[in-house]
Amino acid sequence: MKGVKFVIAGILFGVIMVKSEAASWYRIQEMFRFQSFHMYGIIGTAVGLGAIAIFLIKKLEINDFYGHPIVFPHKEKSWPKYILGGLIFGLGWALAGACPGPMFVNLGYGYPTMIIVILGALLGTYLYGITKNKLPH
Amino acid sequence: MIELLKQPWPWYASGTAITFIMVLLLYFGKSFGFSSNLRTLCTLAGAGKTHHFFDFNWRTQRWNLLFMAGAVFGGYLSAAWLKSDQLLQLAPSTIADLQTLGVPFDGGLNPSSIFNWHFAFSPKGLVTLLGGGLMIGFGSRYAGGCTSGHAISGLSNLQLPSLWAVIGFFAGGLMMTHVFFPLIF
Repeated sequence: MKGVKFVIAGILFGVIMVKSEAASWYRIQEMFRFQSFHMYGIIGTAVGLGAIAIFLIKKLEINDFYGHPIVFPHKEKSWPKYILGGLIFGLGWALAGACPGPMFVNLGYGYPTMIIVILGALLGTYLYGITKNKLPH
Repeated sequence: MIELLKQPWPWYASGTAITFIMVLLLYFGKSFGFSSNLRTLCTLAGAGKTHHFFDFNWRTQRWNLLFMAGAVFGGYLSAAWLKSDQLLQLAPSTIADLQTLGVPFDGGLNPSSIFNWHFAFSPKGLVTLLGGGLMIGFGSRYAGGCTSGHAISGLSNLQLPSLWAVIGFFAGGLMMTHVFFPLIF
């Protein structure tokens, strides 16, 4: 039953994505057209509070649920993969209007055609996996 | 309480709630990053037999698959119990711009003119949904993360690589919206 807490966290995440409207195709378009503060407010608040939370976790050496120190994965130091990968991601994000989490949330919400976006994303992930060694990182 | 939750949430409440999810997963000893599930799903489909990138013990990501299943259910619950009576409060200028492009605003979360089976299997629909998804999947793995892993977890941890990725996300999004969108729609 160790997994139940992750299902519950996922349910909360799904509800948050819907009620914040971060899972809205329209809101993504509005953001990239700079026509509302909504999405910037959400991301800004999440990052601002997140930075304070992570600072405190490190400063106070807070342990996790199991009593282990909380470790933060360091991202590999490089830039081409982040810029190029990010660029490709952004093109898809604005077109399909959903990032990976909201694709699945929308499927549950009642947009069955999201399965095509998900299949596309799986195909894209697979294509990356087989072409990885030929790409600049 | 339910009535309060039913209303569209203001941005500051939404942002705070997202931070809560990130901290909750850290407390559970995990790191918030949704797109890793796409790789795990490829592994489960058997991609690990032929390609090294997918050859890993998927059980290490079991927690994230459970989180993903929860997310689908959370979407369902929001529609069943927490749906607002109001239309989405989209900016009038966005409504006007999308109308010009032939995507009318219907007040829902996503445009029914795009997310329907008839459009989905048209050439334009396949470019939008399958093509869009393909770029999201390829790009998120190439960049090593998506909005949750880089924009939220990475930036909160002041990781420079995540800043590069987020700059890429926005540059790509702006390019699609302002350059390619008028060509596709």
